[in-house]
Amino acid sequence: MLSVLNGLSQSLDAYLILSGILFAIGSFGFLARRNAISMLMSIELMLNAVNLAIISFGAFSLSLKVDASVIALIVMAAAAAEATVGLAIVIAIYRNKKTPLVDEYDAMRQ
Amino acid sequence: MTLPATIPLLGFAWDDLLFMTLAGIMILCALAVVGMRDIIRSGLAMIICFAALAGLYVLAGAPVVAAAQVLVYIGAISVLVLFAIMLTQTKDAPRALVFQTQVVPAGIASAVLAVLIAITVAATDWPTAGARLWTNTTELAKTLFADFTLPFEVVSVLLLSAVIGGVFLAKRERGAD
Repeated sequence: MLSVLNGLSQSLDAYLILSGILFAIGSFGFLARRNAISMLMSIELMLNAVNLAIISFGAFSLSLKVDASVIALIVMAAAAAEATVGLAIVIAIYRNKKTPLVDEYDAMRQ
Repeated sequence: MTLPATIPLLGFAWDDLLFMTLAGIMILCALAVVGMRDIIRSGLAMIICFAALAGLYVLAGAPVVAAAQVLVYIGAISVLVLFAIMLTQTKDAPRALVFQTQVVPAGIASAVLAVLIAITVAATDWPTAGARLWTNTTELAKTLFADFTLPFEVVSVLLLSAVIGGVFLAKRERGAD
């Protein structure tokens, strides 16, 4: 029965499915959470899922071996920039609206 | 003392056990991030999720990326997120509803997305090298600083502008409140 699990860490499919599950969890958090910071954390989860996919392609494909790491590092830097600006925007909105819940940001509707 | 080649009772390789453990920790912590009522706890679960992911990067043969993951995500982004959480906490936040009204369609859509990705991955015949490859750090440095010089410089400018933009956006305006 356990022989299904044999060689799991040696197959590209396992890594890619894992990254797909992580991406789906992140997208669920982004769509369903009310708190703006929770939504930003879900975006970080999705970025990490994509990074895991890039790294696993690099680990199993000879022509991508080094490039994948470089691309993952650049994605990481872009994610850091995104987190900085996103959290600054949330804090700036919080200062005006006194709430971190996105469904109470309804100034455009009034 | 050396370890036996396979795990004694279960009969598969140590790498597989490590993969399953890290994957399980990562998925559980990711679920905790999106599902927990107390947002500070979901921030802490995010740190564990990133740490498990760094372990998976090492398992996939990319130690430099794993080190960068620990430095950038656990060291910088998590601290930033925790600070932002503490700056935007309200008294009634833990008692307020966690999810939007669209939580059920969002859950269905995410489950469909996960199943679709799994089916696509399983149905595609990837041209792989057969076994995992280990990324040599010297090669990585040569590629990063020779072939990818322009993206590297652009990323540094991007980070500088993000830092300045973040400070400008979060700064309290003089005279206002």
